[in-house]
Amino acid sequence: MHSFGYRANALLTFAVTILALMCAMASLSDNLNTPSPTAQVQVLNINWFQKSTHGNDEVSMTMNISANLQSLFTWNTKQVFVFLAAEYETPKNSLNQVSLWDGIIPSKEHAKFWIHTTNKYRFTDQGSNLRGKEYNLTLHWHVMPKTGKMFADKIVMTGFHLPAEYR
Amino acid sequence: MGWIGETMDSIKSLQIRQVLTQAVSLGMIVTSALIIWKGLMCITGSESPVVVVLSGSMEPGFKRGDILFLHMSKDPIRAGEIVVFNVDGREIPIVHRVIKVHERQDSGEVDVLTKGDNNFGDDRLLYAHGQLWLQRHHIMGRAVGFLPYVGWVTIIMTEKPIIKYILIGALGLLVITSKE
Repeated sequence: MHSFGYRANALLTFAVTILALMCAMASLSDNLNTPSPTAQVQVLNINWFQKSTHGNDEVSMTMNISANLQSLFTWNTKQVFVFLAAEYETPKNSLNQVSLWDGIIPSKEHAKFWIHTTNKYRFTDQGSNLRGKEYNLTLHWHVMPKTGKMFADKIVMTGFHLPAEYR
Repeated sequence: MGWIGETMDSIKSLQIRQVLTQAVSLGMIVTSALIIWKGLMCITGSESPVVVVLSGSMEPGFKRGDILFLHMSKDPIRAGEIVVFNVDGREIPIVHRVIKVHERQDSGEVDVLTKGDNNFGDDRLLYAHGQLWLQRHHIMGRAVGFLPYVGWVTIIMTEKPIIKYILIGALGLLVITSKE
């Protein structure tokens, strides 16, 4: 009845159960955090704006991105993935989301940042609809936990316009 | 030697009734594992509710050997989500992040472009030849939860099958010889 096998089994089962319980509680404790992040984006310059050989509009722009995401960090946060996406509607597509810049924030100390950058990924439309287009810039973030459920949210900044002519 | 001898004795001393009980309890273990897996498939709507990360392309977020829980709902796919997708002509599914989404006005179909956080460029090189976008049917699910290290068990078992057989054999022996 009290053989080595039984004891090892009981110990292992107990250890795994406790570990699973602790992981679940760590993940649940993330819900107690109510973050209040802030973000601001300025488009400083449209570097160039043209129609590519495939007939798709493409833009290159320079931006200022500043954000404070420190409140997203809890003890169960491994990293925060943050990216800035241009979002707009065209006659063909009800939603276009184009990621322009992204970054990985490894710790709370780095979560308050300011960056001056051109778009890291190509801002290309599916078609030729970008002239004079009104678009939103949205700062999205995805919180990756040390264990458990992942969180995501965003700040939408409206009222950006692309130039009416290619340049 | 003594332990093996004892075990042999215990096997010999089993009666038919006991043998049947053992068979039933072994069956219960196997079927309950199956029920959990199929139940997860129903709840998550994904054909493989749990996947193991095999490459380092999403580091430092996901490392090799981490486990991801997938969910496949009717919700539209949006930029930033981590999706698991199959590319035609590739057997192993890939876990990467969506960076571009174009959703049709009329049909609601989506064109999606993905990229690994740790990769320099987007995934067009990984897609089938000439493929520019992923469609809905390529996507198996989106990652919603995360558990570190646990996937190493599977990685070790697939890479060293001998360990798998030893483990299964030992477990089977334990179930057969255990006395309730």
